[in-house]
Amino acid sequence: MTRLEGLAKLTGAERYVDDLPADAGLGLGPCLWGMTVRSPAPRGRIKDIRFGSGVDWNSGFTVVHHRDIPGPNIVYLIEHDQPVLAGTYTRHIHEAVLLIAHEDREMVRRAVREVQVIVDPDEPALDFKAQPTPAQLQVGPDNILKHLTINKGDVESALRSAPHIIEGVYETGAQEHVYIECNGMIGWVDPQGVVCVKGSMQCPYYVLNALKHPLDRDASQVRVIQTPTGGGFGGKEDYPSIIALHAALLAMKAGRPVKMIYDRAEDMQATTKRHPALIRHRTGVDSRGRLLAQQIDVLMDAGAYVTLSPVVLSRGIIHAAGPYFCENVRIDGKATLTNSVPYGAFRGFGAPQTIFACERHMDVIADRLGLDPIEFRRINLIQDGQTTATGQVIKPHPPAKGTDRIALMDRALAESNWRDKQHRHAAFNATHTHLRRGLGLATFWHGAGFTGSGEVYLNSKVHVAGLPDGRVEVRIASTEMGQGTTTIMTQIAADRLGLPRHQVTVATPDTTTCPNSGPTVASRTAMVVGGLVEKACDDLARRLSLEGPKPGSHVTTAIKFWHKANKGELLGQSTYEPPPGVKWDESTYKGDAYGTYGWAAYVAEVEVDLRTYQTRVLDLVAAQEVGNIINPTLARGQIQGGVVQAIGWALMEEFVWKNGAMANSQLTNYIIPTSDDVPLIRVVFIENPYPHGGKGAKGIGELPMDGPAPAIANAIASALRDMRIQPNRLPITAERLMESIEQSSAQEPAHA
Amino acid sequence: MPDAAPSSTISVSLTLNGRAVTVEVPVIERLLDTLRYQLNLPGTKEGCGEGECGACTVYLDGLPVCACLVPTFQANGRDVRTIEAIAPESLKPMLESGATQCGACTPGVVMTACWAREHPEILKTHTMRELMAGNLCRCTGYDGIIDGMEKMIPGASALRAGRDTRQKDRHP
Repeated sequence: MTRLEGLAKLTGAERYVDDLPADAGLGLGPCLWGMTVRSPAPRGRIKDIRFGSGVDWNSGFTVVHHRDIPGPNIVYLIEHDQPVLAGTYTRHIHEAVLLIAHEDREMVRRAVREVQVIVDPDEPALDFKAQPTPAQLQVGPDNILKHLTINKGDVESALRSAPHIIEGVYETGAQEHVYIECNGMIGWVDPQGVVCVKGSMQCPYYVLNALKHPLDRDASQVRVIQTPTGGGFGGKEDYPSIIALHAALLAMKAGRPVKMIYDRAEDMQATTKRHPALIRHRTGVDSRGRLLAQQIDVLMDAGAYVTLSPVVLSRGIIHAAGPYFCENVRIDGKATLTNSVPYGAFRGFGAPQTIFACERHMDVIADRLGLDPIEFRRINLIQDGQTTATGQVIKPHPPAKGTDRIALMDRALAESNWRDKQHRHAAFNATHTHLRRGLGLATFWHGAGFTGSGEVYLNSKVHVAGLPDGRVEVRIASTEMGQGTTTIMTQIAADRLGLPRHQVTVATPDTTTCPNSGPTVASRTAMVVGGLVEKACDDLARRLSLEGPKPGSHVTTAIKFWHKANKGELLGQSTYEPPPGVKWDESTYKGDAYGTYGWAAYVAEVEVDLRTYQTRVLDLVAAQEVGNIINPTLARGQIQGGVVQAIGWALMEEFVWKNGAMANSQLTNYIIPTSDDVPLIRVVFIENPYPHGGKGAKGIGELPMDGPAPAIANAIASALRDMRIQPNRLPITAERLMESIEQSSAQEPAHA
Repeated sequence: MPDAAPSSTISVSLTLNGRAVTVEVPVIERLLDTLRYQLNLPGTKEGCGEGECGACTVYLDGLPVCACLVPTFQANGRDVRTIEAIAPESLKPMLESGATQCGACTPGVVMTACWAREHPEILKTHTMRELMAGNLCRCTGYDGIIDGMEKMIPGASALRAGRDTRQKDRHP
């Protein structure tokens, strides 16, 4: 089945938030244009706000100040530390201070330039790796916002007796999402007095919850509608709550609908990014290459507010030890406050950082012990019946068979022609004047759905409605942002009810009509929400007294008949129930961290040019087991797109910081991969239906973000083996590679 | 640079998707904004506003350009074609190959791809990946786009074969 809204997108007919007519179809007059005045300093007391004389402030401007917020000045997420608008103090540069709206877009742009925010600066903490000075302390004794540990066995004594101890330090940089549609939102107050927003977002109910308190309204007085969303990748998980609050506040004060559309620079400067991380490994290994003990320290930069950092850290540390069996594991994770723009959700959610460190470290260990990295992984890959760092027993999900992670690795190796290429690279590297080629492998995993008890707390709900004309409508708050929710849910519902697919529609996510099926994050939509759609379909069939798995065309007739005989809505409903036997202890970080995992083995082949120090990915094989594949074209697209985003993170996407601000907030100098920078991404799926997922699916969306960076770094290390280059810091730009090659050749005499 | 007074406007006449159009626009207005907000053609998207991403690709006198870099007054007396002028049925191969995901880059991608379809001789000197490098896509990883183009452009594979040496190197 092809993407349902695909033709509308190809022809430009799809209407994103900024494509709506001037009145946004609301009939309340043309929208005003809203913009944000931002903090010029990373930390300090806001002394004054000065309004310049370059515009006539009495010519129809609406200005919103923090004192205009009717309820608490708080963005409600995990903690309550982030203000909707900075009042007397700012904790990061580009923090929102003031909102301005006007009917003329050019006038509002000018007005923003006319406002001066005067800050009495305090010393900002801008380097998350450095111990904060007393003047930089803002939270507790050390600016640590969250500290989590995982303990298994006895790491200290295992390390004491280990024949080999191998250490490594790994660092990953920030990453900007670069969804092609920037953040945008329209706010208005409807004739009944309900405050409404519609715009680009992943999680309508996060926005609803965020609106309620600061606007001092209960859920029935607030409405959130998603517009077609031009990419999210986590960047529209938590941030849309802020822009929605801003648009709503302006609309409430102006008495007119207000549209806020960020341009690229504002979107890059002011919204969340991937957490930078510093990860240390200290690993005990026996002489045959068996892992004896893993001590892993993870430090993440949270930025100026808590946002989602505790859960990003949580997912990060749970994945930090990799898909390997080891009796003794200690993982120590910290998220530290700095005065950077807050970091937030980004595809992979902490796991890509720790998986990069782990998979790079596995190659470092193998190299140090003189082992083949493949054989080293073959010895240590976790097998069914063995336990993870949290003590979770990895086991098959009957009636499905278990996952053979070694076979998966072998498949990726075979597909990449590993052995043959290794020989050819050796010959090539020995003779070529300036090009070096190498292969790198990463074997990894990604927990599907919310961590631990998260899915239970979410308590997701789904409705499947039978409409009077006999069609079926899926009502979920899970959003389409390019990953294929609309198409997949149509397939799932149609197949479950035995209906032709044109008889099924998926409703626009709207908090007044769609129940809270949870946020569209964490690779959970097809698996968790898809499973709930199946159950709601079964419930609908039951209400129509249709038994059996595929009632087929009887469904349409029965729905029409029901509406003739009854009044009101015909709704099949379902609520999340955890798969049997899943146990998680939040206080000890022990148990089943995830109901299931996606498993993968990726191979990268690179070519390094020693004249330019540039690395080119020549080939990338991505093999994974993610349950059943519901839609091969969409699934392949998820993997290929994720891999290319990860290639960007690995090789080119570098932040330039200036006083806490992103200095390269343009696509001219924040470089993402083009079609000519990447090869065809070769995708292999090993299908193994997961009985608790929609149509047998497991999570898929984040997995491809995890593996490419370490596979590429390992390939570079292999290509430059003679130079002993350790590409342990992302991104591996030409400049960084040049520095390490120059350092390595400068040190050579000392080694000799 | 001093701001131009918002009241200073200019009259611009152009041929838009085959029809004669006259608009009154601020002298500094971008063609992208005129198309989107004045002429009700929001199919052309803004991605970066500085000619890097290609989401706003339109044809100006038959050549693909970034509408965010063209002041509207420069379109005076010229022929402008937008995504709205592309025949939907011709895009089926792009749909089937997964060339679009979130869709924000897609109209620009389609404009460049269709330009290559109209000028297949370009594929004798340029690979499709080179040709599409001016259209940033963050979702597909590009393979769905390249695949779709190969199906959409008759004889594309044959034209490509002689030129794409890097591809040959990759899979000898």
